[in-house]
Amino acid sequence: MTPATLTKATCYHCGDEYTGTTYEFEEKHFCCVGCRGVYQVLSQSGLCNYYNFNEHPGANRARLDKRFEYLDEPSIISELVDYTDVDITIATFYLPHIHCSSCIWLLEQLNRINPAIYYSRIDFLKKQVNIRFANHEINLRQVVELLYDIGYEPLISLHDVVKKQTTGQKDNLVKRIAVAGFCFGNVMLFSFPEYLGLSANESNFKDVFGWLNILFSIPVVFYSGAEYFTSAFANLRNKILNIDFPLALGIAVLFIRTVAEIVTRTGAGFADTLCGLVFFLLVGKFVQRKTYYHISFERDYRSFFPVAVQVIENDAEKPVPLSNIQIGQRIRIRHNEIIPADSILLKGNARIDFSFVTGESIPVDKVLGEVVYAGGRQTGEAIELEVVKPVSQSYLTQLWNNEAFTRVQNNRMRTFNDTVSKHFTIVLLIISFASLLYWLPGDWQRGISAFTAVLIVACPCALALSTPFTMSAALSVFDRNRFYLKNTAVVEQLARINTLVFDKTGTITVGGSNGIAIHAGLNDFQKSIVYTVCSNSGHPLSRQICDYLGKQPRLELSDYFESAGKGISAEVHGHIICIGSSAFVKISDEHVKGTSAVHISIDGTYLGYFSFKHNYRDGLHNIISPGNGYEVYLLSGDDDHERAELRPYFKDDARMLFKKTPQQKMDIVNLLQSNGNKVMMLGDGLNDSGALRQSDLGVAVTDNVNNFSPGSDAILDGRSFSKLPAFLRFSKDTVNIIHLSFLISLTYNIIGLSYAVTGLLSPLTAAILMPLSTATIISFTSIATHIAAKKRRLL
Amino acid sequence: MSIIYFLIGCSILLALVFLGAFFWAQRNGQHDDLYTPSVRILLDEDQTDQTKK
Repeated sequence: MTPATLTKATCYHCGDEYTGTTYEFEEKHFCCVGCRGVYQVLSQSGLCNYYNFNEHPGANRARLDKRFEYLDEPSIISELVDYTDVDITIATFYLPHIHCSSCIWLLEQLNRINPAIYYSRIDFLKKQVNIRFANHEINLRQVVELLYDIGYEPLISLHDVVKKQTTGQKDNLVKRIAVAGFCFGNVMLFSFPEYLGLSANESNFKDVFGWLNILFSIPVVFYSGAEYFTSAFANLRNKILNIDFPLALGIAVLFIRTVAEIVTRTGAGFADTLCGLVFFLLVGKFVQRKTYYHISFERDYRSFFPVAVQVIENDAEKPVPLSNIQIGQRIRIRHNEIIPADSILLKGNARIDFSFVTGESIPVDKVLGEVVYAGGRQTGEAIELEVVKPVSQSYLTQLWNNEAFTRVQNNRMRTFNDTVSKHFTIVLLIISFASLLYWLPGDWQRGISAFTAVLIVACPCALALSTPFTMSAALSVFDRNRFYLKNTAVVEQLARINTLVFDKTGTITVGGSNGIAIHAGLNDFQKSIVYTVCSNSGHPLSRQICDYLGKQPRLELSDYFESAGKGISAEVHGHIICIGSSAFVKISDEHVKGTSAVHISIDGTYLGYFSFKHNYRDGLHNIISPGNGYEVYLLSGDDDHERAELRPYFKDDARMLFKKTPQQKMDIVNLLQSNGNKVMMLGDGLNDSGALRQSDLGVAVTDNVNNFSPGSDAILDGRSFSKLPAFLRFSKDTVNIIHLSFLISLTYNIIGLSYAVTGLLSPLTAAILMPLSTATIISFTSIATHIAAKKRRLL
Repeated sequence: MSIIYFLIGCSILLALVFLGAFFWAQRNGQHDDLYTPSVRILLDEDQTDQTKK
């Protein structure tokens, strides 16, 4: 462990480095009361092994507010629990902090802390804990508080899709694969003797094997492969020719011909090809499906808002579920809570952080009687508000009533597969009927045989597999680089993008600390002069300077003059002070580069400057550089006070749009699309939700994928922001790989067709050709994707 | 050679048992979480006489 020094120490619980006050317990040092509290709870229950499995497994607990009163409300409880009867209750919670083996160990020992908890099980990948407890000894709120006490605060949201995803998957694909694989294996065994040749006195085996093959084909066709028929039929009714049609046709023809050959004793049939085809197709489906258990792509404002609000009725506070909030109710919002509905401020000092809603990063002060829009986060003391609009009608949430959210998005992403399979099917039908007609006059049996052989051989198995395998390989490459795509179609969509639209706050800037630094030797008196002047200004840079200087004595001030966008001049105690841009302070702008600076001069003497390093994400320059061939726009809800700093990146003022409402953002994206652009929107807040939804590809940028992110097609971890150009190029490589593998599968089809049209396709040829083409495609796509990823430095 | 009919019957029966076992495991949720058990098995029980329920 790092040696604890006087100035810097590492917290035993959370591993954060801290300075100053240390909290001790049993000779362990902690950074805050919260961390120490967790340790105390654990040591009382003899669970200190928690700290032995991993160093500093805990989460920082500087925040100390327990707010789980709403968990006493029966209507909320019933939404949260999985099962309850007179004795026991079972509930599943999502605990974002689960990250190591210590977590698993501790959370599965909950009954040592409280024996009323019978059972707790962790699902590590889903970050969920399943708890069963005696509900007459401990209630739901106490369980949640216990989790909170040991440092695992559950994220409770009634509408979060994370929970639904896990229960919703019930299409038994795995079972269908199991059946197909089982039958495939057996059918292969029974088909082998035929290929190797059976002597005449063993011919009775041939019949038995044939009938067994039919028997095994039945579940493959009618259970495992049934969805191909239903899908092809449904698509035909909608006049769409997709890949399921030739596949279903192939399966049907294979089965009918197999049965016919075996019953009439004219051949061995194609049972092994049939079972293999269905098996490989289903495996392709399975591979294509990628689930991120801990990420939700479908979130809306409801997962951002709290579960319940404190409503004041007859001088008493009572938690009320969000959906039951009515106009006219008085609500109390405390520090760090979110205002759920448009309301009027009645009491208290409101200082509201709207960064998530508008993109504006500076908290806004509100006066009594003013309307406060939903989505803001109160900082400071508790305030009381009167609701003026129901939650679903609020300014912010209205966005979700827009048609972009209600419209079913069907054809937003067309895949290469869809486009190609249409032409493929038509050509296939032409060839098969042509060969039928060619042979029909002379030899009808051969005609039928050629017709079915064409449909069997050309069955686009390899084509159907090329996309899933390439895409799933690509998806795992993206995944490894912390870029999480909703599904495989997004990769192709990514390759089509030619316009990038960025939100500002939180997307290209990093939230939190700002890099202000002083480059001037100011004495205390001069500091208080600067403080006095800046405290009079509402400009964000002035506020940052005030915060930086800390509390200083305020001096008398006169002749205050603020020139917008330039600077401030004033007279303080007889000294003339100028503070602002280099032009305003009248000095040459020589040494300050890459940062914006505020210069100070007092009584005509230049003293130095404050530099503000903008926390733009790494690699912003590479992404926006014109050589990339992408049109780039900035779409911010913020004021334009950073226009000058951002100009070097975006070059053109017309491409930097500020002060846009969520609705306007959406309209701008729509406008770009109607000009033929394929727009990728990158945003992070609720205010971008509309634009994300409207765009061809919405990407939510977030610093913590477990936190709230608006509904989108992909989620990009902020740390990988600089890799965006590589992602875009890699997606194009992926599409090229799909095209190439399509060519390969076509070659196999042509080879097979040349046998098939003559009507002399032997089952052995089909049995070799189909797995061979499949194996080629799978190995080609995985190797090629790997090489492409290496080339783009994504592996 | 007619023993082969019996052998085929046995092999199919055996394979069906395995298929059934797989189905049972799938229905039982044994494939829901494929990661946590791998970690859980590495965690030692410490020396307390408390019984886990």
